[in-house]
Amino acid sequence: MTDATATTAGYDAAEEFLDRQSPIQRLQGILHAYPWLSPAVVLVIALIIFSSITSLFAQPGNLGTITQQTAVTATLALGQTLIILTAGIDLSCGAVMVFSSMVMAKMAFDQGVAGLPALFLGIVVGGLAGLINGLLVTRVNLPPFIVTLGTLGIFTSLTLLYATGRTVRNRELADELKWLGKPVLLPGGFTITYGVLVMIALYLIFAYVLRYTAWGTHVYAVGDDPDAARLAGIQVNRVLLSVYATAGVIFGIAGWVLIGRVNAASPNSGIDANLDSITAVVIGGTSLFGGRGRVFGSLIGALIVGVVDNGLSVAGLDEAYKRLAIGTLIIVAVTADQWIRRARA
Amino acid sequence: MARWNSTRGVGRRSATLLGVAVTASFVLAACGGSSSAGGDASATAGGSSSAAPAGDTIAVSLITKDSTNPFFVAMQAGAKAAGEKQGVDITIASGKAEGDDQGQIDAIENAISTKQKGILITPMSTGVNDAIEKARAAGLFVIALDTPPDPADTVDITFATDNRKAGQLIGQYAAAALDGKKAVIALLDIFDDKVVSVDYNRDQGFLEGMGIPVGDPKVNGDEPKSGKYTGGKGGDYVIVGNEATGANEEGGQKGMENLLAKNPDINVVYTINEPTAAGADAAMSAKGKKPADYILVSVDGGKSGVEDVKSGVIDATSQQYPLKMAELGVQAIVDIVKNNKKPEVTPGLDFFDTGVTLIANTPIAGVDSKDAQYGLDNAWG
Amino acid sequence: MTETTTTKSGGGTSTVQPVLEGRGLVKTYGRVVALDGADFALYPGEVLAVIGDNGAGKSTLIKALSGAEIPDTGDMFLDGQQVSFKRPNEARAMGIETVYQTLAVAPALDIATNMYLGREVRKPGPLGSVFRMLDGAGMRKAAKAQMTELGIGTLQNMAQAVETLSGGQRQAVSVARAAAFGSRVIILDEPTAALGVRESAQVLRLIQNLRERGMPVILISHNMPQVFEVADRIHVQRLGKRAAVITPQSVSITDVVAIMTGALQVPAEDQTLGPVR
Repeated sequence: MTDATATTAGYDAAEEFLDRQSPIQRLQGILHAYPWLSPAVVLVIALIIFSSITSLFAQPGNLGTITQQTAVTATLALGQTLIILTAGIDLSCGAVMVFSSMVMAKMAFDQGVAGLPALFLGIVVGGLAGLINGLLVTRVNLPPFIVTLGTLGIFTSLTLLYATGRTVRNRELADELKWLGKPVLLPGGFTITYGVLVMIALYLIFAYVLRYTAWGTHVYAVGDDPDAARLAGIQVNRVLLSVYATAGVIFGIAGWVLIGRVNAASPNSGIDANLDSITAVVIGGTSLFGGRGRVFGSLIGALIVGVVDNGLSVAGLDEAYKRLAIGTLIIVAVTADQWIRRARA
Repeated sequence: MARWNSTRGVGRRSATLLGVAVTASFVLAACGGSSSAGGDASATAGGSSSAAPAGDTIAVSLITKDSTNPFFVAMQAGAKAAGEKQGVDITIASGKAEGDDQGQIDAIENAISTKQKGILITPMSTGVNDAIEKARAAGLFVIALDTPPDPADTVDITFATDNRKAGQLIGQYAAAALDGKKAVIALLDIFDDKVVSVDYNRDQGFLEGMGIPVGDPKVNGDEPKSGKYTGGKGGDYVIVGNEATGANEEGGQKGMENLLAKNPDINVVYTINEPTAAGADAAMSAKGKKPADYILVSVDGGKSGVEDVKSGVIDATSQQYPLKMAELGVQAIVDIVKNNKKPEVTPGLDFFDTGVTLIANTPIAGVDSKDAQYGLDNAWG
Repeated sequence: MTETTTTKSGGGTSTVQPVLEGRGLVKTYGRVVALDGADFALYPGEVLAVIGDNGAGKSTLIKALSGAEIPDTGDMFLDGQQVSFKRPNEARAMGIETVYQTLAVAPALDIATNMYLGREVRKPGPLGSVFRMLDGAGMRKAAKAQMTELGIGTLQNMAQAVETLSGGQRQAVSVARAAAFGSRVIILDEPTAALGVRESAQVLRLIQNLRERGMPVILISHNMPQVFEVADRIHVQRLGKRAAVITPQSVSITDVVAIMTGALQVPAEDQTLGPVR
């Protein structure tokens, strides 16, 4: 080793055996360093399987459609990833998204607010909803599961009371709110929407923030070991609060993506969106115990769900297999996470 | 000291937050009373609850499938209006969403335990049959609205749209509008993992209306995937597939996209309801298809749905009358409590038909229809 | 061993100013008196062990010195200046670093990230100021230099996750972090309690390295042989007070235990033993 070891050779010699690793340990090491690797492999396998079943699947048009179908869930999954990285969970994300979308749509349609301010208000409402979750988690010290189970009901009710069961339809929507539904033609016949681009941009931004900023490091530290983070001088509650508020803003933007996607703002949307987002995050290799995972894993997780869903339809197979496949993937993903954690601890 | 101080600080903040939360829930509860109840929570409209001494006021529960579908929202409004007119206390309750049997069962049990006179219910599935029978055994008069239970005699009587007929009407219209062309059909249903009567009656009714032989009349998707339809001038048909949509825009769009990936030549689209049709239209226009290129039919007759008929997005829809269902239901319970007069089923059916009208902007010879203006005048929601 | 410990620099009892000093510290919790006018003094460049039976006020004393508790009365001095801490971060800001027994590192994060956790360094220029980008390479390089300086040669790859390290190596990361940021005093709270024999030896070696660099260390430990191995002086806490200050050379382990339990009384003049010559 280096000359520094000369003075400490006594115990360095005893340490050397630590560097010896079995192939399985090496695999665990790789999966640990790149948690999105196994979902990426699953995604590629799924693409290959469906392409071989039916030639209709791998058409550029259809692949573009899958990304459009995935945009809303993937955007939610990004916010959900932030929260799960802190060892939390958000059951209210779908309700916040729908509430934000209804605020945007109705502000512009009923209250005569211009499109852009209405959009802004809707996103602010999402952020406030996240802030409420965060305050309940940090100040009242309730478990995130319970907090968001409660606010899931509250935000759903607020949506119903505010929307009075009415959908704001395509022609009633302000143009600004429909921007994200506009198609973007890519070379090769792929068609995506601005909503897909916004989703990808959010992923790029947060991949950067988590990887390269102090805030991102603190998010990981708080989820990994809150006591260690506190002892290192990190204000754990402040980090948690900022995570929930930021996730709320992302859910608000998801509401905008949703309007673009559906071409309407409907209180009926997004019933299972919370579970879909958690599914995407978990399949994407982020640990429910916090501190490990990458946002791109969640994007891949959302794409896996989208591909399986669309692929089974296009192949004419029973949709019941979708639940079977996704359910199995969740179990496998969490088992793999436990395995990596156990072996590494 | 530090510990004590900081603990007190947290305590104060918690108390403030709790205060805000409690206040918010009171406000919410108050709102819930004056408009529709959300989720599976029940709220009593009209002030005094049914716990008041029985005899003078008649208390009735309206239990819908959910409180978000405009159809049920309209039904709730109709029941409340009728309740006020008749002096009936209406308790509004619902499942959380399509498929939430338990939410309906809870609401039925609440009606029994508060000794109400009757229940108006849109039964979610056969899963709630037991609870309904318990209610009837306890002396409540149970009327099914919109969706007949299976078997039909689970309830005292059903006031409903003839969903089979609603499906047949749009099927006939679609067949006639094809004018002998080959039909490439997309079927956008509610579920693929649950069987509900409205789902198969509209879907299979639509196929019957087109003159396509169905297999089991209570099972979607078991009909031959290609052959000849006999409605209108008759011709060849191909069924591209059935998709479960959850009866909303999002599901309609996704289902349509998936079917278009299977076969881009779809020119006939059946949808379970108008929000689903709106989603299907979005998917079609994303593929560059114009409303004139294909036939889109639906069921409901809600205001925004009929507006879609007027603008040509939807070619035809079967309009139903949820307000009338609710009004008639409330009236029937008043009649039975005050005059012991039982309602009768429509001759030839096992339920009371509240009527269905085909609304189409372009009338076609041989198919009776009303125009969009008539539809708007009679639309709910 | 005794050769090195007794060659430390330091003047006479009265001429050397303590780095960290407490006088007449009192702390009560309701009726429980945890500190009953306790005195404390740490001199430059020494390893001072603090021992005492459970309930002797040992951990309360350390919490007061590290800012985790505020004493009811009494004065504290850092390099002769009177100080008072309301929270650990204030003590840390003044150069008092504490390493806890519970391996206070985040397992999934790498060594460099753990060392800089809570005081990350941003890149120079607009990348750092506008885009808040961290200087990952710079932090890894500095972490490596710190490790080498402390003689922790086994840790080569600063991007290695802490959970892949042994317990002793993790504790080494904690100590290196404490020593890295211009600190004046390092408090080690039971640093070997969670470790095996071999790993404990690594940490003791590390403590000696710290002393060789002139860093004063407070070591709280239950392990008498370890205390006698590395400490220059031993502060014995009993019934909320300082019962004695001794050197490992002057008193046997048996006698120290007797002082801890009260079986042996120490004359008042021996309770204020100054820095060891």
